[in-house]
Amino acid sequence: MGIRERLSGNEAAAYAMKQINPDVVAAFPITPSTEIPQYFSMYVDNGEVDTEFVPVESEHSAMSACIGAEAAGARAMTATSANGLSLMWEMIYIASSLRLPIVLSLVNRAVSGPLNIHNDHSDAMGVRDAGWIMLFSENNQEAYDNILMAHRIAEHKDVQLPLMVCQDGFITSHSIENIELEDTDKVKAFVGTYKPEHYLLNADEPMAVGPLDLQAFLFEHKKQQAEAMRNAKRVVKEVSEDFERTFGRHYEFFERYYMDDAELVVVAMNSTAGTAKAAINELRSQGIRAGLIKVRMFRPFPAEEIAEALKNASAIAVLDKSDSLNGCGGALYEDVVSAMFTSNIHVPTVNYVYGIGGRDTTTDHIKTVFTDLRMIADTKDIGNPYRYLGLREE
Amino acid sequence: MAYNLKDVMINKPSRLTPGHRMCAGCGAPPVTRMILRALKPEDHAVIACATGCMEVSTFIYPYTAWKDSFIHTAFECAGATESGVEAAYKSLKKQGKLPQDKNTKFIAFGGDGGTYDIGLQSLSGAMERGHDMTYVCYDNGAYMNTGIQRSSATPKFADTTTTPAGSVIPGKVQVKKDLTKIMVGHHIPYVAQTLAMTNFSDLYEKAEKAIYTEGPSFLNVMSPCPRGWGYNTEDLMTINKLAADTCYWPLYEVINGRYVINYKPANKLPIEEFLRPQKRFKHMFKPGNEWMIQEFQRVVDERWQELLDLEAMTNKPVEGQN
Repeated sequence: MGIRERLSGNEAAAYAMKQINPDVVAAFPITPSTEIPQYFSMYVDNGEVDTEFVPVESEHSAMSACIGAEAAGARAMTATSANGLSLMWEMIYIASSLRLPIVLSLVNRAVSGPLNIHNDHSDAMGVRDAGWIMLFSENNQEAYDNILMAHRIAEHKDVQLPLMVCQDGFITSHSIENIELEDTDKVKAFVGTYKPEHYLLNADEPMAVGPLDLQAFLFEHKKQQAEAMRNAKRVVKEVSEDFERTFGRHYEFFERYYMDDAELVVVAMNSTAGTAKAAINELRSQGIRAGLIKVRMFRPFPAEEIAEALKNASAIAVLDKSDSLNGCGGALYEDVVSAMFTSNIHVPTVNYVYGIGGRDTTTDHIKTVFTDLRMIADTKDIGNPYRYLGLREE
Repeated sequence: MAYNLKDVMINKPSRLTPGHRMCAGCGAPPVTRMILRALKPEDHAVIACATGCMEVSTFIYPYTAWKDSFIHTAFECAGATESGVEAAYKSLKKQGKLPQDKNTKFIAFGGDGGTYDIGLQSLSGAMERGHDMTYVCYDNGAYMNTGIQRSSATPKFADTTTTPAGSVIPGKVQVKKDLTKIMVGHHIPYVAQTLAMTNFSDLYEKAEKAIYTEGPSFLNVMSPCPRGWGYNTEDLMTINKLAADTCYWPLYEVINGRYVINYKPANKLPIEEFLRPQKRFKHMFKPGNEWMIQEFQRVVDERWQELLDLEAMTNKPVEGQN
């Protein structure tokens, strides 16, 4: 049994980091993730962790320092949001290509421009092909739990990829909720210690990291990265199962909410899943067979499993909290639709871009989606598949 | 121990192996080898390198020319990358996760592109945070790896591929940035400017001081480029010597804020001596362009005088105390 507490999402993330006690944390402040390095600095300055905190001068340097530290043989962590992640972008790719299991807390926020500090997922979507494992969290508890599982997944010898744990800026990062914290000794035992096979600081076996990698080898190295990402699927499952055995909370690639007999289904990530659950509860009381797929593991994308879970639906709405600006729909929508197509499952599916720049999304909004889905299911006519939710159109 | 080139060469084998692909006549490899020789043989080193000629010529998968551990991440972040390595070392050592009786030293290399320009922020951050590391800029005065484009280290009037000496604009319009002074402004324990001259003693001794001074230190090393500067490969050491003798590249160090000029040429040569053997300054010698040489000379003289003044000022006996 854990310890009952009341913490914000940022506090939960910082507390998880404290319990993990990483060797190095390098971070730069940016709203809404600033509190994470802020709380963590307090742990450092009060001697509660062994961590070297590197207060870098930019997010680019934060990720560069994490890469240096992790390659040196240390466990390195950081946190950022939005433009911070954009500035890291170059190093995000380098971290994964060097196969360094760095763990990042991404507190999702709209990427500029124009400048906006509130939540959407445009930051995460900008790095979705960067070779990072991406776990999304509905609330502070899930953010905490995902961080506790992060190193076990990322450092696994068949994976060795960096991992980011996402949560919604302000909506969960700054909201205080009840949370069950685990005993630190139990956490440390679960997370384990980092024992890299090769590392820069091993004087007995000097190594070189980050070569010029030309036509003769890069292709194979990229294939190895892709292989590692596929392996991550198995490892996420194994670690989640062990997490449940240890701490009692159940996690899968995605959560099925009222999916057993769901006819009308919404697919969403992060805090909106909570809003959708509330809407579904109301609709269910009216006899409407509404359901939700809440994607936890966005990378690697559990394509076959999601397609399988959706095969009995009559109509599906995929909610994207980021507009891909590609003329045909959001990133999650494209992944879900192509997953179904590949599995030869053909259910009318529409996309809603919603919540951009922190625009509030309420249960009423979600209910209108289900109303639309009812119509689509009845008429088999999806109309315009690329829709907006909560947009002011005058 | 007094410096003896022969002793150093015999007793301290090169930690950068032959077979790397730097150009013949390039100033960077001899500089790098000599800096690494300043490491105590029993010490391990983790070298970080910015993207540039040195990185792409010394570590082409699956071969590396570095005997020590080496990390390259990107162009602008050798400083930050090495800070992470050094922070890891501190943390792991403190936790007893590394052998307590062994030392690891941290040296970062960057060209002027990776140091004066795109990497300046990362370098500044690393120095300000006080990491125990030595950052070495091998300054060849342009983006040589991509094909000789101007940098803020390119001297005025130099002909580069983005500042071609044209019929209207005669090469680079701006003067060279004084990075060494910028680093002095960080108030770090050791900053020095050097080059490979005669028996390499200045370079070696400064490298040793930089590496074994606790905290951050910075070495700015002029490192000629035969392609970009347009000299004959065998003239590398002559060009270096002329840079020092004309006071174009003064050899000096700043130890905890105190300036020491290490080489004051008995006969300060006119700047033409340094400019003439280099094709990048060829247009300055055309009739009617004498003003360019005069202006170049004026800047060299001003900066040299400033350095003499700084030396005098920072070595004054402390007055007004009783």
